[in-house]
Amino acid sequence: MTPIIEIKNLSFSYHKQKILEDINLEVYEKDFLAIIGPNGGGKSTLLKLILGINPIKDGSIKTFGELPKKNLSKIGYVPQNTNVNTDFPIKVLEVVLMGHIGVKSPLFGYGKEEKMCAMGALSQVGMEKFANSKIGELSGGQRQRVMIARALCAHPKILILDEPTASVDIEGQKLIYELLKTLNSYMTIIVVSHDISVIMRYANKVVHINKCLTYHKINSNESQSKHFCEVEMFKEVK
Amino acid sequence: MENIVDALSFPFVQNALIAGLLVSMASGIIGSLIVVNRMVFLAGGIAHTAYGGIGLAVFLGLPIFLGASIFAVLSALIISLITLKHRERMDTFIGLMWAVGMAVGVVLIDLTPGYNADFMSYLFGSILAVSRNDLYFMGGLLASIIFIITFWYRDILAVSYDSEYATLRGINVRFFYTLILVLSALTVVVAIKVVGLILVIALLTIPVYIAEKLSNTLYSMMILSGLFSSIFTLIGLWFSYQYDIASGASIILVSALSLFLFLGFNKIR
Repeated sequence: MTPIIEIKNLSFSYHKQKILEDINLEVYEKDFLAIIGPNGGGKSTLLKLILGINPIKDGSIKTFGELPKKNLSKIGYVPQNTNVNTDFPIKVLEVVLMGHIGVKSPLFGYGKEEKMCAMGALSQVGMEKFANSKIGELSGGQRQRVMIARALCAHPKILILDEPTASVDIEGQKLIYELLKTLNSYMTIIVVSHDISVIMRYANKVVHINKCLTYHKINSNESQSKHFCEVEMFKEVK
Repeated sequence: MENIVDALSFPFVQNALIAGLLVSMASGIIGSLIVVNRMVFLAGGIAHTAYGGIGLAVFLGLPIFLGASIFAVLSALIISLITLKHRERMDTFIGLMWAVGMAVGVVLIDLTPGYNADFMSYLFGSILAVSRNDLYFMGGLLASIIFIITFWYRDILAVSYDSEYATLRGINVRFFYTLILVLSALTVVVAIKVVGLILVIALLTIPVYIAEKLSNTLYSMMILSGLFSSIFTLIGLWFSYQYDIASGASIILVSALSLFLFLGFNKIR
């Protein structure tokens, strides 16, 4: 099987400071990949490189065998902070509709077909009842599910989430992970997360990034308790 | 009542009313974009820089709108460039433009022989001196704003709500950011005629603030803002006419009073 994301010897520096060094990673169809590591370890930077936001200078990234920029519409992205701009006068449905941008020509508002599609995405995440609510009236977990619906709108093959449960209560977290598990049956999921204990239950592949990348085996519970040291993982970047 | 009917027969009063409504609609729409994009301070900078343009137009004997528009649009472009390159020093730069623009305007007007009577009218507005050509300019601007916003509503909404995501989806965020600033600059120029440059910010924010609290969508916020702004302007003009007070200040005080009533009512409820 060929990998849908293939990263080879990737290094990245920002203001002369090395953030990522010699990263090699392969992601296959229907993988559920968890990316863990300390703050400032380069997790979000790696996502931005995969999404084609940051330019690649050293090494290579291929998504679906091509440069990341060519396949942006095949990758859905759910950003880290969904609690910004909660005063903004915008309805849930309008937020989801933004997922169509870049897929179809964006002039003069949205068509009926796009609205149907957005409603479909909302019901996939169980939020169709809130379509006409103001986004600021939702809880953190509900808002996160709306952002997932927005990403699903473009029918992506890969869904990338940056800390999806950072500001979500326990109940909401569970809902989100169960949702991701369902979606995983037909798409690849990549999650950056701090909730190590939770993510272990859902991911089939875990990598740790702190400038360098290391794979973690998660075959059995035994290996978790023996080889997995959380303290080790959160050591500061030197 | 008879008083008002009498007043309405004067062409300059008719012009004032039409100008008030046109500018109210434009400032409601653009004010909404300024507020949701947190650009109020930028709009203030543009308004005061525009005074430099007024001074230049007076000095060279050009049409005032032309001079002010050129200065305002230039300052919008410079602000756009600064915010993209040196975001962290933005407030310093805008403060600088704010002051220098004013100073240039004052000096140029001082240097113009025999010209000092109208100095105050640009600071506090001169809606009763609106000419037919001014009305064409205002109408043209409002029509352009409505067309541009309808045409690019999706992109403008996406850029305003979540610029990071918009970038990711291939929207040229920089272009739309600059576009919003340029439209703000032109709106500020016409609003100067109605309420003056000192009070422009109030017209761009007070009705918008009330509308934001009552709206579910950016679109309805724009329409509501325009509506509130129109009502405040008409009531303000009536007070101005009835008690012979400055129209700009009267409009702003009516707006502010309405805002306090709105906030108070909201609290009780």
